[in-house]
Amino acid sequence: MSLLVSIKKYYKGFTLDANFEMDEEYLGILGASGSGKSMTLKCIAGIETPDEGLIVLNGRVLFDSANKINLSPQERNIGYLFQNYALFPHMTAEQNIGAGLKLTKKEKKIKTDEIIRSFHLEGLENKYPSQLSGGQQQRVALARIFAYEPDVLLLDEPFSALDSHLKDKIQAEVLDMLNLYKGKVLMVTHSMDEVYRFCENLVVIDKGRTVLSEKTKELFIKPRHAAAARLTGCKNISRCDVLSKHSVYAVDWDFIFETENIVPENINYIGIREHSFQMTDTADKKNTVVCKVNKVVEEVFDYIIMFENMNNKTPNENSEILFKVSKDEWNKRKNNKSLYLNVPDDSILMLK
Amino acid sequence: MDWSPMLISLRTASLSILITFFLGIFAARLVAGMKSDKLKIVIDGLLTMPLVLPPTVVGFFLLLIFGVKRPLGMLLLQFLSVKIIFSWTATVLAAVVVSFPLMYRSSRGAFEQVDETLVMAGRTLGMSERKIFWRVVMPAALPGVASGGVLAFARGLGEFGATAMIAGNIANKTRTLPLAIYSEVAAGNLEGAYGYVAVVLMVSFVVLSMMNYFTSKERKYSNKD
Repeated sequence: MSLLVSIKKYYKGFTLDANFEMDEEYLGILGASGSGKSMTLKCIAGIETPDEGLIVLNGRVLFDSANKINLSPQERNIGYLFQNYALFPHMTAEQNIGAGLKLTKKEKKIKTDEIIRSFHLEGLENKYPSQLSGGQQQRVALARIFAYEPDVLLLDEPFSALDSHLKDKIQAEVLDMLNLYKGKVLMVTHSMDEVYRFCENLVVIDKGRTVLSEKTKELFIKPRHAAAARLTGCKNISRCDVLSKHSVYAVDWDFIFETENIVPENINYIGIREHSFQMTDTADKKNTVVCKVNKVVEEVFDYIIMFENMNNKTPNENSEILFKVSKDEWNKRKNNKSLYLNVPDDSILMLK
Repeated sequence: MDWSPMLISLRTASLSILITFFLGIFAARLVAGMKSDKLKIVIDGLLTMPLVLPPTVVGFFLLLIFGVKRPLGMLLLQFLSVKIIFSWTATVLAAVVVSFPLMYRSSRGAFEQVDETLVMAGRTLGMSERKIFWRVVMPAALPGVASGGVLAFARGLGEFGATAMIAGNIANKTRTLPLAIYSEVAAGNLEGAYGYVAVVLMVSFVVLSMMNYFTSKERKYSNKD
């Protein structure tokens, strides 16, 4: 069971160039909006046609530009959960679920009843999509796909249309439902939380290009690319010059970090997560920044401190650094004359 | 009052809407599915032409095509012994050509407004293109298609210029309601025209009410409750 994707699609001023192979059950495609991730899914499903490349599913060639093979979506047997669920508005939930089935009336009834039960949709069979809540609509849409028994399930931003207070509950529900499914699941999203919850492995797409693919947990703990770091929520990223094996100069922050860890030669950026800083009382320790606080933003449980390196001689628009701190911590030191922030060795991300 | 214009008009409008309805849907589906935008514009322009041209000009062209001295007219006459010009068929032909753009445009607009992801969803669920069209696109576009049909019916019923050109104004044969009104007024018989005018007014009102009904139905699925 594997899915191989290697496709190119050209637009004015934008090229989609997606390359990855999927052997595992769950794969996430993470990318900012406009990065081409939804288009990649559509090409796999056959709704859009790539300009060149190859798509192979379990040894079956779905698309091959060199040999002029391009199976229709109907022939591909791939399930696609659309962002807006794409339920047929004039069909009831039950009719929607049965829409793609080529069975006799009797068989269809048996099958849809079974699916309705396993998706806990009893009582909603005769409702139209507009009479269902967002979560219920999503269940019907998933049920409709499951009834069709696809080889691969493609999820396109599955939770973006839900209210945030429902998201956690529905994500858990969907995870349960996905466990009923035996095939592969490929999910596209811009949310790192969703990828972290659902996918063991992920592919990062940035500006149409596959930047990297690896184990999800590893990526979050130790991203190696600036784009990946940004997607995993790292807010502070500076261009850098490597000075030696144990020191690196952060250009935007005008600060030299000295590290115990060896600095790789081929890095272009360094990153520090906003919660990685530690407040200290003096600037004695190495890698301690003396801060000029620009702004303090209050959140529910934290403060976000926006600051610059006090000694930055070449400030630019990228010089501001974010520091997230719990209210207790901040209140302990907020009356200090200066703010000193220390960066622990291990929290400096070395990025390509 | 002579009832024959009403019967002729009713028969003409009924047959012509039947033809226009399916022809319009077919053309709309064809054009809506076209890949090349340039071709789309050209074809669309050609198909919409009868809507903006004076009906007499449409009639003029129909004469050019179906006149007995013209290739197509001659062919029909010789091999099928069908003479279209100045026959009842000509009233239908005129009504179809003039009402076609209304049907075509409304249904095309309705098709294009159908959420494209519905079609894509149908495809990924293995539904055939035909099934997608009749089970997904058509029901979603039905209010627009239906109101297009109603409009086209009214237009066919009121057709005057092209009909006069190719069907003439032969009592009991090609004299439709609008032509009857014209004839009565031309003969100075205003009283005679009143009856026909009343019928046309009534039918038009019913048609407009039906259209409003269809468009209000459009909201049914988008409303919650």
